[in-house]
Amino acid sequence: MSTMQFGVMSVGDITTDPTNGTTPTENDRIKAAVAIAKKSEDIGLDVFATGEHHNPPFHPSSPTTLLAYIGAQTEKLILSTSTTLITTNDPVKIAEDYATLQHLVDGRMDLMLGRGNTAPVYPWFGKDMSKAIELTIENYQLLRMLWSEPVVNWEGQFRTPLQGFTSTPAPLDGVAPFVWHGSIRTPEVAELAAFHGDGYFANNIFWPKEHYIRLINFYRQRFAHYGHGTPEQAIVGLGGQFFMRKNSQDAINEFRPYFDNAPVYGHGPSLEDFSSQTPLTVGSPQQVLERTLAFADYFGDYQRQMFLIDHAGLPLKTVLEQLDLLGEILPTMRAEFDARRPANVPDAPTHAARVEASAQANEPMEVTA
Amino acid sequence: MTTKIVAISAGLGDPSTTRMLADRIAAASANAIDDNTSIEVVNLREFAHEITDAALAGFAAPGLQHVYDLVGAADALIVVAPTFKASYPGLFKSFIDALDNDALTGKIVLLAATGGTARHSLVIDYALRPLFAYLQAVVIPTGIFASGHDWGSSGETALQSRIERAAAELASLLGGNGSGRSADDEIDLFSPTMLSISQPQ
Repeated sequence: MSTMQFGVMSVGDITTDPTNGTTPTENDRIKAAVAIAKKSEDIGLDVFATGEHHNPPFHPSSPTTLLAYIGAQTEKLILSTSTTLITTNDPVKIAEDYATLQHLVDGRMDLMLGRGNTAPVYPWFGKDMSKAIELTIENYQLLRMLWSEPVVNWEGQFRTPLQGFTSTPAPLDGVAPFVWHGSIRTPEVAELAAFHGDGYFANNIFWPKEHYIRLINFYRQRFAHYGHGTPEQAIVGLGGQFFMRKNSQDAINEFRPYFDNAPVYGHGPSLEDFSSQTPLTVGSPQQVLERTLAFADYFGDYQRQMFLIDHAGLPLKTVLEQLDLLGEILPTMRAEFDARRPANVPDAPTHAARVEASAQANEPMEVTA
Repeated sequence: MTTKIVAISAGLGDPSTTRMLADRIAAASANAIDDNTSIEVVNLREFAHEITDAALAGFAAPGLQHVYDLVGAADALIVVAPTFKASYPGLFKSFIDALDNDALTGKIVLLAATGGTARHSLVIDYALRPLFAYLQAVVIPTGIFASGHDWGSSGETALQSRIERAAAELASLLGGNGSGRSADDEIDLFSPTMLSISQPQ
């Protein structure tokens, strides 16, 4: 495992291919997620992450089921989420599900917590959206307790109290899964990540980089404020998206109909404007390489780079071709990032490293990375 | 110190009487204010595509973002909208929709409108004023409405005298402390929610 991790994250959208009008079935997309994950390991990526949604047109409502199935068919790939809903899931079930996954895949997993942005999901799960930040904070504090204390006595605002509760299974090797906190506009989430020395992830997909820089810098400063290290030693993950072909004009021509009809930004800015204003890169592998390497200039040296490559109705075959092309530039991407990284910037978190650090510190939950 | 005035003209034509009115109000305001003034007049027509893109993509392209930055930094705003179907144009509302939520909090705003006939003159009070009340702007009492015949009127009620009265009100408000509120971009480290992270119950 190199010092920085690279991977793909899937939103899990089921979108009609605008070039031929065909829509994959839920079964197609679920099996495609498995194929994409296995291919990710084949081309040398480190991480596969799935989103979590509870409404059409998305399939991943049961992330740990999907990730465990992938885990059984891979050997090195880290299974993660993008994101796990800390607001509407019961923290007890998160503790149980992800600890079980951690055991099954021998620690090859972590998770990214997020609030979710689909308003009706809150009432569907009996929660109040206006309390999203408070739910995030309370649920995460309980989740940590469930993973660190053998017997939990707890009382909060949003959930039935727990008396004499033991979350099973306990985390593998007594070390809780590493947690990333994903957010692009909420300072409280950056503060939560910083206070606990957890990772902070900015999706870095839909907006200009300036929108992300502010909260990443805030997280880095608060990470240092709470004594976990210098701002440069905070654990940062970034998203990104690309579409590439050997010839950049081929990439633009092929991707344009998917872009123009894509969920979120379709029918809005032109492909050209959107790619110049946001981190989207549509072009040659060399262009994707250069644009990605520049992320570290804006956000500082960071630990994890995740790409969105399977959305907007792109057929599985095309997505797998994108992975082949990514595989070709991946060794250079790793080498260039590693070459620029100062020695004091920590490696990306892995279970093995956290077990080792925990043994040294002899304080299982005070591990930073 | 320079007082920064930004005038937003929501006229869609070119040439535009809405733009003409915006220019006259801006000039009168500069006259009424003792300090040095800088005046920027923005024609929304030029940003029509970027405003639509912002509505769909959720962020402003660089040209439109520059306008939002000007608005944010302005000491006072002059807003002039034409009347379309008894209200301001949809493009103007889309421009406002993509503003940061608190961008106009406490901002001193002069409202003006143009319309085909005087029968539209309450558009300022029935359409524009409620919008700016929602945005928590400090709107000056005099609104300036100009229909076709106003451009040839004379005497006490003439367009120019109303422009000067509104400009004087604007200058007077600028000389005071406003509402004492303004957009706050700082992260509040000491809110109860923020503190509940590092000091759990």
